[in-house]
Amino acid sequence: MSDDHIVTSFDEDMSRLEALFLEMGEMVAEQLKAATRALRKEDRVLAKQVVKGDRQLNKMEAELNDLAIKILALRQPFAGDLRKVVITLKSAGHLERIGDLTRNMAQRTNTITKAEADTGPIDTLIRMSEIVQDMIGSIMRAYRTGDTELATLVRALDQSVDTSHNALFREMLTYMMEDLRNISGCMHVMFMAKNIERMGDNVADIAKELIYMNTGDWPEGKRVKSDKTSKMILDPDNVET
Amino acid sequence: MTEEKTAQTDASTPIMTASGVDVFYGKKQAIKNVSLDIPENQITALIGPSGCGKSTFLRCFNRMNDTIDSCRVTGDIQFAGQDIYSSKVDVVALRSRIGMVFQKANPFPKSIFDNVAYGPRIHGLAETKDHLEDIVITSLRRAGLYDEVSDRLNEPGTSLSGGQQQRLCIARAIAVDPQIILMDEPCSALDPIATAIIENLMDSMKEKYTIVIVTHSMQQAARVSQQTAFFHLGELVESGATESIFTNPAQERTQNYISGRIG
Repeated sequence: MSDDHIVTSFDEDMSRLEALFLEMGEMVAEQLKAATRALRKEDRVLAKQVVKGDRQLNKMEAELNDLAIKILALRQPFAGDLRKVVITLKSAGHLERIGDLTRNMAQRTNTITKAEADTGPIDTLIRMSEIVQDMIGSIMRAYRTGDTELATLVRALDQSVDTSHNALFREMLTYMMEDLRNISGCMHVMFMAKNIERMGDNVADIAKELIYMNTGDWPEGKRVKSDKTSKMILDPDNVET
Repeated sequence: MTEEKTAQTDASTPIMTASGVDVFYGKKQAIKNVSLDIPENQITALIGPSGCGKSTFLRCFNRMNDTIDSCRVTGDIQFAGQDIYSSKVDVVALRSRIGMVFQKANPFPKSIFDNVAYGPRIHGLAETKDHLEDIVITSLRRAGLYDEVSDRLNEPGTSLSGGQQQRLCIARAIAVDPQIILMDEPCSALDPIATAIIENLMDSMKEKYTIVIVTHSMQQAARVSQQTAFFHLGELVESGATESIFTNPAQERTQNYISGRIG
């Protein structure tokens, strides 16, 4: 497609929309990184900053929504432009959701740090977060450069988040069975893990939407999901420690 | 088709088929090797920048180009199993089967009734005065105009508003019971409300008629048509289901044109 629209202000609106989306992506990645650091360092001040930071993300999403609706109403875009506006609008919703899940993670960090609750090992949780941070970074790069191949790769990456989630679920159950006093902290870690698993799903959804935005076709076939925690039961008499 | 890639199409029986159509004005070639099926009981929109040949192509369908001395049409256009450019074809009869509505409403300087009755009279379609009245009223109803003019059928057609005059012209085209109605930018002189009324009318008309419309408004093409054909520099660049053309066109030239970029 030619780069320049006949109406210059249309290009300006589209550039602003793209910039807002990229800015949101950058902020979401930073928030998740900070929330993970707060958890690792038991840093309540940083956790509170993450909670506060989510408001800014919500504001950015509201601004992006307004701009996308304005473009649809006033410019009535077609074809590639139409796909870009609609998908950016939709994907921004996913980013905002990742922001909410990150905020919740920071709130839980604050709670368990304040209570000095024992959470058991959190290495797997940190690893899950790092994978999702990479996924966010890659998907924003795929958006900026229109890289469908990278989006396809990111979509598949979500499987490793699911696999880690399964492992962590098992670890936490074991840890809780060992000592009832661990339950509070472990429950919070499990909810944080679920949050991160959902973040991975949201990034995978963005990836699917970007493939449509770039090609005009939705990717064929269902994404392979490996989250098996909903079917997991541990027998207390037969736990490997 | 000049290029291989096309947007997705909805399968439908064509009522009219153009194959390898070329149109020349003197030495200048205005249409280059265009092939297009017109599906029955659907609305087909022809879009493209000014001078792309879309109106010229539309006028091929009822041999309106015959009236231009320097114009020469080659290729094959089949309608009802017959090449409409065959020497055996009665052009007047052809135009009663394939009616036309123009950009500017052009009612005859006659009464509303006589405007609509004109075609049936010259084609001898009405056996009695009552029959003629039936045809006129039915045509005005189908054009969505009867309720607005029922008490003033003897007033001049030119006394109506622009939108009403255009619907009068549609009623006049319908009155000779055509199968296809060609519309050359029928709403370009109308306000948005009159345009919406005509678009709504077209939507209901497609149950009985096949419509081919030339429009400069891509929004209008997107709103009213089921099939869209994009012309550029006398070539048919791409045709297909309207939904596909406006969300995911196959050709870069189509993409550039419909998204307002210089093609």
